[in-house]
Amino acid sequence: MSAVVHLSGPGLPGPDLKELLAKVARGDQDAFSRLYDTVAAPVLGLVRRVLRDPAQSEEVAQEVLLEVWRTAARYRAERGGVMPWVLTIAHRRAVDRVRAAQAAADRDQRAAAASHTPVFDEVAEQVEGRLEREQVRRCMKSLTELQREALTLAYYRGYTYPQVAEVLGAPLGTIKTRMRDGLIRLRDCLGVGA
Amino acid sequence: MSAADLHTLTGAYAAHALDPDESAEFERHLAGCPACAQEVAEFAATLARLGSAEAALPPPALKARVMAALPTLRQEAPHTIPARGRRRGRLAWGWPRLALAACLALAAAAGGVAVQQHQQAGQARARAAALQQQQDHFAGLLTAPDARTATGAAAGGAGVGTVVWSPSRGQAGFLAAGMPEPAAGSTYELWFNDAGTMRPAGLMPTGDGVLLLTGPLDGANGVGVTVEPAGGSTHPTTAPVMLLSFT
Repeated sequence: MSAVVHLSGPGLPGPDLKELLAKVARGDQDAFSRLYDTVAAPVLGLVRRVLRDPAQSEEVAQEVLLEVWRTAARYRAERGGVMPWVLTIAHRRAVDRVRAAQAAADRDQRAAAASHTPVFDEVAEQVEGRLEREQVRRCMKSLTELQREALTLAYYRGYTYPQVAEVLGAPLGTIKTRMRDGLIRLRDCLGVGA
Repeated sequence: MSAADLHTLTGAYAAHALDPDESAEFERHLAGCPACAQEVAEFAATLARLGSAEAALPPPALKARVMAALPTLRQEAPHTIPARGRRRGRLAWGWPRLALAACLALAAAAGGVAVQQHQQAGQARARAAALQQQQDHFAGLLTAPDARTATGAAAGGAGVGTVVWSPSRGQAGFLAAGMPEPAAGSTYELWFNDAGTMRPAGLMPTGDGVLLLTGPLDGANGVGVTVEPAGGSTHPTTAPVMLLSFT
């Protein structure tokens, strides 16, 4: 297992997130402030990658961070790290927002497809952030085209797997299988949970 | 869907690519499939790496808004029962469940025939659902980018009220904490203060709770709270117990 691999994501060594979250669950606002400093940038970045609209992304990021405060006591360490837990909330809320405005989202996504470039100007420029991005890019390249496209449409665009199947012109069963084996390959490439 | 079919949904589930029905079905399967749960956890960690790679510096104002909202949000209690049949991640049911339990205990204490208890339980459930909805709306309002709050003490010194308003949403909400319970046959009534003219904005039958005010914010410059006969009034009939300005 590579030395840069951390189950709770990049940015470590930093504060012990599980310890911070336990304090947050007891109503400790200082602990939340420190947790915020670690998770807010990934939360906002992921939400923005899915939603694209900066104002709406900030609003959803705020909802996510407040949900972390409200539901800190519901976090269960045996189910995984704090960063995956927080980013799962962030992704679900971003995807919920996309689907709640599906008609508008379809329009946005057509526009987005025409200029499909991530916004990198405001990306946090920590060294570990760059390393993380390079590693993710390298591992995404190791996937088959169908695996990569299926995961990209689902994770970064918020498509359901039937929507992914329709866009890629592949059977439903193929898409759900490709999403799973693509994630297995990504997991192994990134050294998660190995 | 067969168990084998369900098992292959781990990837789509972790990427939130299932519709709500499928997601719920998969979660029921997940509760009895440790291997699936392990795989889902690993996929969540994998996708978190993709998410982390997108990190974007948040504006300082975001942190200020989030920190300011913390004291107004009720934190949920941990689950003390196995998480079987948990609904998809939302988990926002700490308070209504307590409220429901309390209502059911009252209904049981009131005694009477089973039918009556059943009806009361139904009413309790409806009330709990209504509370949940109010709380969700209130929490939603707090997340508006331009949400602001003002807090004041009730006349007589018992309890505080906090008003939250968002010009962009055109809505306001009220949070009461520790205010005296209104006497039997009366209720708190909220009012929008339109430059001295009071416009009815909803009833709050208890001294603790949240209420999304009815009607648009429009040009209101604050809210008022009075005690009115149950059912409410069209104009205030008593001196306000609280006045809060939108400043």
